[in-house]
Amino acid sequence: MPAALGERERALFGAFLRSLARAPGAARPEGVWQRCFLEGPASLVLCVLLESLGSAGSVRIPGAGRRFLQEGRVSALLWEVCQQQAQAGCPELQDVLINKIVCLPDHVSNKLQGKNPPVFFPQNYFPLLGDAVLQVLEKISDSLRGGLDCSISFVSHVLGKVCIHGRQKEILGVLVPRLTDLTKSDCIWQRICWRLVECVPDQLCFLPDSQLLGNLVVKNKKAQFVVTQKMLLLQYGHTTEVLQNLLGYLSLDSLRRTLLLRVLQELLETWSSSSAVKHSPAEQQLYISKAILICLSHLKEPEIETHRQELLTSMMEGVKCRLDSSLLQQRRLGMVVAESISLKINTEGPVLKFEYEEDDETRELKSLLVQTPSFCNVPSLPDDDPFLYFFYSDDDLIPYDMSEDKELKIKAPVYIRDCIEVLTGSRTEDVDKWEATVKALESLVRKNPAATREVSVELAKILLHLEEKSSIEGFVELRQRTQVAVLTTDPIPVAKYLTSQFYSLNYSLRQRMDILDVLVLAAQELSCPKFCGKTKHSGAQKPCIQLLQGSDSSKGWRRVVDERIKNKTRRLDKGHCDMELASRPNEFNSVAGYFFFPLIQHFDRPLTTFDLLGEDHLVLGRLAHTLAILMYLAVNTVVRKVLLYRYVRQGLLSCISSLLLSVPTERILADMTEELLETQSWLGDVMEKDPDGDCRRLALQNLLLMENLKKKLEVVPS
Amino acid sequence: MALPPPDPQFVLRGTSAAVHTLYFSCGGSEPDIPLLYSGSESGFIHVWNLRTHRVDTALDGHGRKSVYCVETMGGKDRLLSQGRDQRICLWDLAEGRTSVTDSVFTEHVGFCRCSLLKVAQGRWLMAMAARSLEEIQILELPSKTSVCTLKPEVGAKLGMPMCLKLWQLSCGSQPVLLAGYEDGSVVLWNVSMGKALSQLVCHQEPVMSLDFDSEKAKGISGSSEKVLSIWSLNEQQNLQVYKTHELVNAGISDITIRPDKKILATAGWDHRIRIFGWKKLKPLAVLDYHTATVHCVSFSDHSNPRERLLAAGSKDQRISVWSIYAQT
Repeated sequence: MPAALGERERALFGAFLRSLARAPGAARPEGVWQRCFLEGPASLVLCVLLESLGSAGSVRIPGAGRRFLQEGRVSALLWEVCQQQAQAGCPELQDVLINKIVCLPDHVSNKLQGKNPPVFFPQNYFPLLGDAVLQVLEKISDSLRGGLDCSISFVSHVLGKVCIHGRQKEILGVLVPRLTDLTKSDCIWQRICWRLVECVPDQLCFLPDSQLLGNLVVKNKKAQFVVTQKMLLLQYGHTTEVLQNLLGYLSLDSLRRTLLLRVLQELLETWSSSSAVKHSPAEQQLYISKAILICLSHLKEPEIETHRQELLTSMMEGVKCRLDSSLLQQRRLGMVVAESISLKINTEGPVLKFEYEEDDETRELKSLLVQTPSFCNVPSLPDDDPFLYFFYSDDDLIPYDMSEDKELKIKAPVYIRDCIEVLTGSRTEDVDKWEATVKALESLVRKNPAATREVSVELAKILLHLEEKSSIEGFVELRQRTQVAVLTTDPIPVAKYLTSQFYSLNYSLRQRMDILDVLVLAAQELSCPKFCGKTKHSGAQKPCIQLLQGSDSSKGWRRVVDERIKNKTRRLDKGHCDMELASRPNEFNSVAGYFFFPLIQHFDRPLTTFDLLGEDHLVLGRLAHTLAILMYLAVNTVVRKVLLYRYVRQGLLSCISSLLLSVPTERILADMTEELLETQSWLGDVMEKDPDGDCRRLALQNLLLMENLKKKLEVVPS
Repeated sequence: MALPPPDPQFVLRGTSAAVHTLYFSCGGSEPDIPLLYSGSESGFIHVWNLRTHRVDTALDGHGRKSVYCVETMGGKDRLLSQGRDQRICLWDLAEGRTSVTDSVFTEHVGFCRCSLLKVAQGRWLMAMAARSLEEIQILELPSKTSVCTLKPEVGAKLGMPMCLKLWQLSCGSQPVLLAGYEDGSVVLWNVSMGKALSQLVCHQEPVMSLDFDSEKAKGISGSSEKVLSIWSLNEQQNLQVYKTHELVNAGISDITIRPDKKILATAGWDHRIRIFGWKKLKPLAVLDYHTATVHCVSFSDHSNPRERLLAAGSKDQRISVWSIYAQT
């Protein structure tokens, strides 16, 4: 149907449509009815549809309205008016239409009382309208290119009205990206855009792009007012980004730069007026301060030169009345802005410096002075103008968060000798390196047995004396595992060293017990077949030795030892384990002697260092336990026979004596009655038949001890 | 608050060896499958199909010695590869063939990647480190005729060449070579005259990688140190330091400027890929995905800019593929 109807025809067609809309359902031939509404002059149809909404018998009107929207009739409507306008249309009619288009969602929802189709929801309608505007603009661009005159003011007014109604986000969200794209290299599109925004200067801040705006502010008084006065001095709710966009826009062109300077003057005037300081809200003062700082960041050297005096005067006045203020925020604001101005105008001389506490606000303000404004989608310019280059740098590329980009953790040394250097080094500042070394050492030792053997004793010594420098999680276990690794890698010299240290001077009981633990764990690892030794060196679950847990509380420790000794004693006596483990190769075989013999050298003699049979029986208990485990682990070894024939029996006997000495009597009797009886008979046996004099003597001692215990119990029944 | 850096678009696994070099071939029109060539420490060149993300072909031509440079020569069927077996191989991959048609014995023991420049239809110049320690040889391909040998002056003590970039201002103009050396300097060579035009000490340590933007006459180089060095070439053919950029961690193994000269990527010993804006070297992103040194970074040559990809190969045997700043 032709869009250009005469006035008479329009009136007639309007009447026809109205009667169609009111007609009862039966009188509506489906297809024709629809077509009238979808193909008739769009402006007329819209009016009729809106009028008939909600009136009686208009059940199908909303459906028709929906299809009207969905089939792109809005763009047809806009285009229709644009064409009429070129031939001088009627302004009142246009105003009515604009109102109808922009208020369509409100209108429909009022009429339909919440039963309106989703397409009429503002969040759906305005993007749709945006698309329609784009389509019309494309048509306009085409017809301009075809040499035809075309008016854009209707579209522009629609846009302005939408913005006034607070729907700029929805509609500009559709328009701006596309327009930015189109205006990049096309001057016709640029001109279309400039014309388009002329009518919506209030919304300039949403079009922060010089391509879209052109030099509008210079040409258009209203736009100029909005940009230089309204948005800066009258309003203060815009975000910092908007401010940056706005002032950045002003700074980009030599014509606009005069405006920038004027704006700065006006801002400074407000800033330094004492009445403004007293009467305007704090938010506004902050806003103005921000604007001043952003302006300053855009100033070029020669501009500062010409305006130095003015800047200085305003600064002095402003800072004076601000420092007089009783509000901390006011004073600080004055100081920050004054510092910034002084920094800008005194490039060589001394710079004003105040003392105040930095907070987020002051930091943000200061950052504005150096920040480059965020312009997007600016075409790259030649590098010759350093000022422009500064702006047109990589700013279209928005950086990702790089806060995670920290220095890589210091690498642990790769060679064992380097580890020794780190661990013995006196440089305390290298805690990270030290930590990394401690963590890496065990695996290094295990990976490089040959290199370890070269320095094994030295390493054992270092580890034995190693103190926790920083708080590493599980440091004690870490150190122990490393010690075990060293000992298993090079058993003979290291075992010699450790066992010799066990009885020597200047060690704490803790260290002595560490030695025992390490010997046990290493023996355990060595006695296991290679494959399991490799993967589970800590081996806490194999022959059930757990050495370090809970060792701080002596009560807990004793209980654990009790249980362990109980375990061990029974197993040895019953002699089952030999059968169980008979077929395993035992690396402990060749070195067991180095672990065992030195340890029992001095146990029964009070030494200058410590007295095992006296007050240090805690260690004695542990020693006996260790010996027992070592014995157990030396299953099937040649040494074992020797051990059994003499030393083991000795060790065992001492073990029993230590047990009797160190474990509370009540517990022994309660927990191990059976074992005690068994032990007693064995002791008797040894005492009578053992070929070794020492063993006989020890057995006798033990028996006496047991007797004593018994007597004690009889005297004081528990 | 800035956005967190993106995750890789996808990750290619299965080289079962450290990845040393990557090269895209995605410029073809629709029926052509976009490809990524990777060279690994095990001596294989893998041809990855970027539609299926799987290996189409594995080429074995370097005696299981590390392959550290792969490049196509005018189309995805002609490939050049360089390996630690001291050979540069030319491959014919057309119609499913996987044969080495020709090879150059470089006798170079280092790991300096060769540089290829197309000078005419079917004719290339190739710069490569030669047998003698400090020398660079320029060959014409496919004829393999030696064009010239670039020898530093006696007593210059530049050390081995570490990285090369052959370029020319426009088609038909004189080819020029930028070479980074062991002593940390970058030298500009006039290839046709065999003469050093300018030398600039950019680093204290060997130059590990460099790239050059002939439009802006600006280049960038990285070494085992903590800095990137940006230098420019003035009209008198002199190299000048333009600026340096301090990095968080030391060690750069590869630098590539995207063909549109907007961004560049570096491969770091700190396992990270870094993205910078090329104009001002504005740091844009740090991509932390790999668990070992990143050996190489490469941008794809997709004809549609939005499809552009960045790939990085690492010692952790993975190739991470990213879509970053593809919209700009």
